Amino acid sequence: MTDDKDVLRDVWFGRIPTCFTLYQDEITEREAEPYYLLLPRISYLTLVTDKVKKHFQKVMRQEEVNEIWFEYEGTPLKWHYPIGLLFDLHASNTALPWSITVHFKNFPEKDLLHCHSKDVIEAHFMACIKEADALKHKSQVINEMQKKDHKQLWMGLQNDKFEQFWAINRKLMEYPPEDSGFRYIPFRIYQATTERPFIQKLFRPIASGGQLHTLGDLLKDVCPSAITPEVVLSMIEDVITLSPVWHA
Amino acid sequence: MAMSSSLLWAVDIFGRVYTLSTVGQYWELCKDTQLEFKRVSAVKQCCWGIACDHQVYTYVFSGDVPIRYQEETYENQRWNPVGGFCEKLMPSDRWQWSDVSGLKHQQLDSFTLPSPHWEWESDWYVDENIGGEPTEKGGWTYAIDFPSTYTKDKKWNSCVRRRRWIRYRRYKSRDVWAKITSHDDPERLPDPFNDISIGGWEITDEPLGRLSVWAVSLQGRVWYRENVCHHNPEGSTWSLISTPGEVAQISCGSYDLLWATLWEGQAIVREGIDRNNPQGISWSTVESPSSDNGIMHVSVGVDVVWCITKDRKVWFRRGVNSHNPCGTSWIEMVGEMMMVNVGLNNQVWGIGCDDRTIYFRQGVTPSELSGKMWKAIVCGRESDRSQTGSSTSLLSAGCFFTDDIQNQTNTVIQGDADTSSDTELSSIPTNLSSTPPMGAAASSASSTGSQAAGAPASVTVDPLDSDQGEAPAASASDEKAHLESRKSTNPTPSTELQWTNIDLKEAHRHAVLSVSTFTETSSLSSLGMFSVGAEEQYGADEHPLWAWVSGGGCLVDLHSPLKWFAVPSGLSSSVQSLSLSITPAQTAAWRKQIFQQLSERTKRELENFRHYEQAVEQSVWVKTGMLQWWRNWKPHKWMDVRVALEQFTGSDGMRDSILFIYYMYHEEKKYIHVFLNEVTIIAEVLKEGKHSFALYTPERTKQRWPICLAATTEQEMHDWLSLLTMSCCESRRIQGPPSHHAIWSVSCKGDIFVSEPSPELEAEPHPMPCDQMFWRQVGGHLRLVECNNRGIVWGIGYDHTVWVHTGGYGGGFIQGLASSADNIYTQSDVKCVYIYENQRWNPVTGYSSRGLPTDRYMWSDASGLQECTKANTKPPSPQWSWVSDWYIDFSTSGGTDREGWQYAADFPASYHGHKTMKDFVRRRRWARSSLICQGTSWLHVGTDQPFVSISVGAFFQVWAVARDGSAFYRGSVSPKKPAGDCWYHIPSPQKQKLKQVSVGRTSVFVLDKNGNLWYRQGITPSYPQGSAWDHVSNNIRKMSVGPLDQVWVIADKVQGSHGLSCGTVCHRTGVQPMEPKGLAWDYGIGGGWEHVTVRGNASQAPRGTVPSESPPEPMESEGSGRKGQAERSRTPLMVSERQEVDSNAVNC
Repeated sequence: MTDDKDVLRDVWFGRIPTCFTLYQDEITEREAEPYYLLLPRISYLTLVTDKVKKHFQKVMRQEEVNEIWFEYEGTPLKWHYPIGLLFDLHASNTALPWSITVHFKNFPEKDLLHCHSKDVIEAHFMACIKEADALKHKSQVINEMQKKDHKQLWMGLQNDKFEQFWAINRKLMEYPPEDSGFRYIPFRIYQATTERPFIQKLFRPIASGGQLHTLGDLLKDVCPSAITPEVVLSMIEDVITLSPVWHA
Repeated sequence: MAMSSSLLWAVDIFGRVYTLSTVGQYWELCKDTQLEFKRVSAVKQCCWGIACDHQVYTYVFSGDVPIRYQEETYENQRWNPVGGFCEKLMPSDRWQWSDVSGLKHQQLDSFTLPSPHWEWESDWYVDENIGGEPTEKGGWTYAIDFPSTYTKDKKWNSCVRRRRWIRYRRYKSRDVWAKITSHDDPERLPDPFNDISIGGWEITDEPLGRLSVWAVSLQGRVWYRENVCHHNPEGSTWSLISTPGEVAQISCGSYDLLWATLWEGQAIVREGIDRNNPQGISWSTVESPSSDNGIMHVSVGVDVVWCITKDRKVWFRRGVNSHNPCGTSWIEMVGEMMMVNVGLNNQVWGIGCDDRTIYFRQGVTPSELSGKMWKAIVCGRESDRSQTGSSTSLLSAGCFFTDDIQNQTNTVIQGDADTSSDTELSSIPTNLSSTPPMGAAASSASSTGSQAAGAPASVTVDPLDSDQGEAPAASASDEKAHLESRKSTNPTPSTELQWTNIDLKEAHRHAVLSVSTFTETSSLSSLGMFSVGAEEQYGADEHPLWAWVSGGGCLVDLHSPLKWFAVPSGLSSSVQSLSLSITPAQTAAWRKQIFQQLSERTKRELENFRHYEQAVEQSVWVKTGMLQWWRNWKPHKWMDVRVALEQFTGSDGMRDSILFIYYMYHEEKKYIHVFLNEVTIIAEVLKEGKHSFALYTPERTKQRWPICLAATTEQEMHDWLSLLTMSCCESRRIQGPPSHHAIWSVSCKGDIFVSEPSPELEAEPHPMPCDQMFWRQVGGHLRLVECNNRGIVWGIGYDHTVWVHTGGYGGGFIQGLASSADNIYTQSDVKCVYIYENQRWNPVTGYSSRGLPTDRYMWSDASGLQECTKANTKPPSPQWSWVSDWYIDFSTSGGTDREGWQYAADFPASYHGHKTMKDFVRRRRWARSSLICQGTSWLHVGTDQPFVSISVGAFFQVWAVARDGSAFYRGSVSPKKPAGDCWYHIPSPQKQKLKQVSVGRTSVFVLDKNGNLWYRQGITPSYPQGSAWDHVSNNIRKMSVGPLDQVWVIADKVQGSHGLSCGTVCHRTGVQPMEPKGLAWDYGIGGGWEHVTVRGNASQAPRGTVPSESPPEPMESEGSGRKGQAERSRTPLMVSERQEVDSNAVNC
């Protein structure tokens, strides 16, 4: 799939129409208008909500403004999950636009990580990339890259530049022709439960008999119960490549 | 017997029988080695053979199920008042011991074993069962009288009784050869047997294991073995089947097909074979495909027939089925074989004529019964390990075949589809005679001083010595040599065989269409490099020489790869990838589904919200880097430059880009820039061994002076290439696969380019200048490409394989960014890299690698300018990998001596293949084959098309050029009948040898080997062959006629204002319905172009209106306006006398 531009583009340009409203208890000077935005599925909330922040800060007193955080129907939204994942996990059955409540107070320390600057997001993103490459190529590809390549990857994501991102990410998605796949498939299966937010396991792309594994095999192997009515699968990689809803 | 694996049977020339398992890698000697065999015919459960004593033997596999036969006889008794039931019967009664009917006297001791291959399992015993119910002790059953219904109960009126005695015999001769003995009347006994074929088990499955066993005796009579089945593996008697003539050989398919060959050279076909009559009823006759050479051998499958004619050519019979066992017509296949054998699933094996190697026909599927190519089975024999190589066996083998080899110098299995057997062929000795010297020479290659080692080695093979020079030359792809050698060895002059109809029903003349190879095209020569001199050859004594093969019991599962073909390591990945469990079709289906779901999601989530603000603002993106640039001013050289690509997003969401190149000129910072929407092509070039690419704009095309940039690594270059290509496409809003009207082109590197034609391209009187056309690269690697205007695009690779475009795009370096995943397949191509070993003579040491100080490198390229040693010479690019070692190429034009040397007075000069007094230098060419494997949108197609060029016109006129340079027209081609019915030979113009044909709507143009372009006059619907050839132009390398009859060519040389380019795309102007030959030439992109096809472009110019863009003004710098252009192109393409070739052209 990684050499399929049509699919990659569709994944990359996936957007979720979102309506941001300020939490009712926030103290404002004027009435806060809701703010509408198309969020890129593959990006992170705190990376793409500068406009939202500015919009609501205008109606608030400066001293009331603390770290921004988001919540959907009572669930604090983890910024370090890709937006598409958050939506599929918590709100896939909701009517669009997705209604997110914006908070500036009472940061839910036990649920969310702090995100004081974009550097934090970048660090998290790069950590994911590196983790994925460790599984895919024993980190060989990511380690051979130059700093500027890492930067280009990140800037591509940040600026929503498909080509810029994929010019580098392509290398992370390749494997030598003599191998028939990655060493392990980097994946996480996220669940909407709090006790075990995601499942992660080593999984080879090729069965011992030489057959290629399919996603179905993976699910069978990883969560044989598969009774969860809805399992949201998201490749953690860079990628974010796919976060299709998987009806088990 | 579990049949997860099955066996291929073969007999070597010493009569030893071997089997090769479908899961094995070694030939195993048949367990029973008592006998030597001439022929074998195998099915799953057994094998029949004719041993050297001309007797028939059967070899039945041991299995879990014993072969038992129940003998039975009845003991009959009648009641009489005196003694009760007793042996005394009435005179009218049956015998006391009889068969079940009572008609046949059968005493216990009358039963004997039918042959020594049986043994009794036990003694006679009484069957105490009747109809499944136990009887009383003694097993008697009672009745009123004979014959009657017997019951197990004795009643008051039971007057007779009988009981059944049973004895089992067991077939014991399993896993050994059991001689078939006959109890027939000695008068009618067949004379010694000559051929045997078994099959027919699918006609009826009753009784279990029923087989049709057919044999031919030395007197040419056909015999049918009666009653062969599981419990009677030897059958019972031979029945004589009358034939219309003396039969030489016979072949019986698994179903109802039975063919035989007559000594006179015809084939006879058995009609009327069915369930009730497995022997069939009558014979029909089928003529040989060749009038001069009768059929020598035939083999049939379920619904296919293959034959070999006496000239060892291989033919495939079309249209064979149960209703028409004779089929319709012969098609010549590639290769020269001793015999072929069709096995299960119509799979085919053959024994090569010269090398006595067993070839497996790859790619035989229900939809492609003739398969794709011959692939040599390269398997060692188990016994080889223990055998010590003996020179006696070599000699005896050599002597055995002396005649064959001398008569057949064409050692290669060549052909468009078949040379793709590339590496497989290369890894085995292709010719017995060529093997020893080649091997010796190759092994001495590393040290140039040790050729002496080669000479004695070649002396040892005395009987074959006469062949050594000739065979390698003949096997070369150099067509001339090839043809000459064919002429010299073929007793029939090829001119008489030039053409004919291969359909026997329509014509009396028979085709001998020679096997196709390609003619040389300019810069890339010699393609059949794999045939000759591959290293790693086995010694002749290690290479099994086969006499017979039978695949009737060999089930080749198309999905599990065979391990019979020693695969070079470089190939394994691609082979592996093909064998993976997930099929391309599955992948395509998944891809479609995923894409559909994504589209639905996008629609669902975005449709009503497009007016929302984007979270991330679009901005300018710049990619910068350091590259080298081939600078503009003299002296031209590479200089380091900083390069920046700035991408803007316009208000309409479209992107445009500018490429800046910053350089220093006399310590002054300067830059040039290119708008990517003006770029007409970005092409990888090979310039001074750098990873470089050229960037053209219309302006630079006119100048023949592209921007050349080089990167330090190939990866870096590909990054730039794909980014720039993407940006160009984006700025021109081109995406997705090429359209049906696309113009396709292949560069001399094998890169494939397409251009989407605009309607203005053919607009008269002011067509769009073709230097403005935008070309984008499509992944893949081809030698030539052809298309029609319905989106069908075919290509031929460097290894002569045929590929069809699947409608995908991208692949190659364009992966990831701009390619479709759908329709991407692994494409492989094989290409040879050549280097030259140069030597100079000196009085002290003779020829040595010590040259004069002014001499070229002792290891160099063809020009002598570049040093090319074996160690430092790399494959064409890192995408290629070596698949052979270096070997001496004997096919160099000009000829070589036995060690591959060519002599000349001095460097550089013309070389000849023998040493004279005046020669002071010599050189020889080394070749090494390399393989490229990449995901591309081309799908391999097997074919045996024996032509070098073919073209389909708008009205389905099919014209072709055969290898001998003559043209053919195919009659009656229609959408319903795309194959047409027969070929019409069209004489070549003025004895020219043709090399290419192209058919437009009605126009037919051909190109001869001297670069002349000809137009076919006098074509009418009722006379589609036309009447005469009209000369149009010279200086043409390739041409293409479009569906509007527009004519495009690759001109050999075109003079630009700054330089001369070779291989230039040109457009014929002034082509009108009444002027189909056109008037003049317009020059487009050039320098290194090999091929162009405009066959997809049917976009009509807007009628009667001048294109909206102003007609192109003559370029001032060009110095030649339209007038000048018209002047100079009035006549055939003009070229300056200056032969200096612009170094800046896209040289490869």
